[in-house]
Amino acid sequence: MDEQPLNLVLFSGTDDKLQAAAVLTAGAAALGKPVNIFLQYWALEAFRSERIQADHGLAPEAGPEGRRHVDALAKAGQATWAETLRQAKDLGEVDIQACSLSMDLLALDDGDLDPLVDGVEGVTAFYLNAGEGQIVFI
Amino acid sequence: MALVEITQTVDAKGLSCPMPIVKTAQAIKTVESGAVIEVLATDPGSVKDFAAWTRSTGNELVEQTSDGGVFRFVIRRK
Repeated sequence: MDEQPLNLVLFSGTDDKLQAAAVLTAGAAALGKPVNIFLQYWALEAFRSERIQADHGLAPEAGPEGRRHVDALAKAGQATWAETLRQAKDLGEVDIQACSLSMDLLALDDGDLDPLVDGVEGVTAFYLNAGEGQIVFI
Repeated sequence: MALVEITQTVDAKGLSCPMPIVKTAQAIKTVESGAVIEVLATDPGSVKDFAAWTRSTGNELVEQTSDGGVFRFVIRRK
């Protein structure tokens, strides 16, 4: 099978955007589609092992009402984005890479990141792995 | 109707998208080709999701019913 991968560039580090990205990832994995995830800026910050379970807030457009909706879904037992990504990785071919520039920017070492992250790479490697697949920026 | 033997039941009730599909994709890997599993889900999106997932993966959606807000999907592994 020469299925083209789905390529997600994660920039935002809020829980709602990371949840949306995790859902896209898990769906693709269930269909047998490979997924490459490239973590930049605040999304990378959210993958720090000591912070991954923390509250990362919501996008500004959520507002207080959005906060209530998100909290209600979490209370009803919705899996966190980190758990959803873990399951997606169990299921299919999901590769999560940290952007090396963002590692420098945030002064992070490999050891600072959650084991969900497979490695560190530059943008050229990301493009190479992306092949002809779509690139989505979140 | 011929009775099909259910090898495994995936209880995905109360789980939101995409977990019913994720659990099913995990479960189907554990049964042999030709084996049949059933999935119980309450996510309304699961009706279209299971139709799409089976079409795309080649597994067969043998039966689909709903009862009091619970959807039941019977799937045969490719």
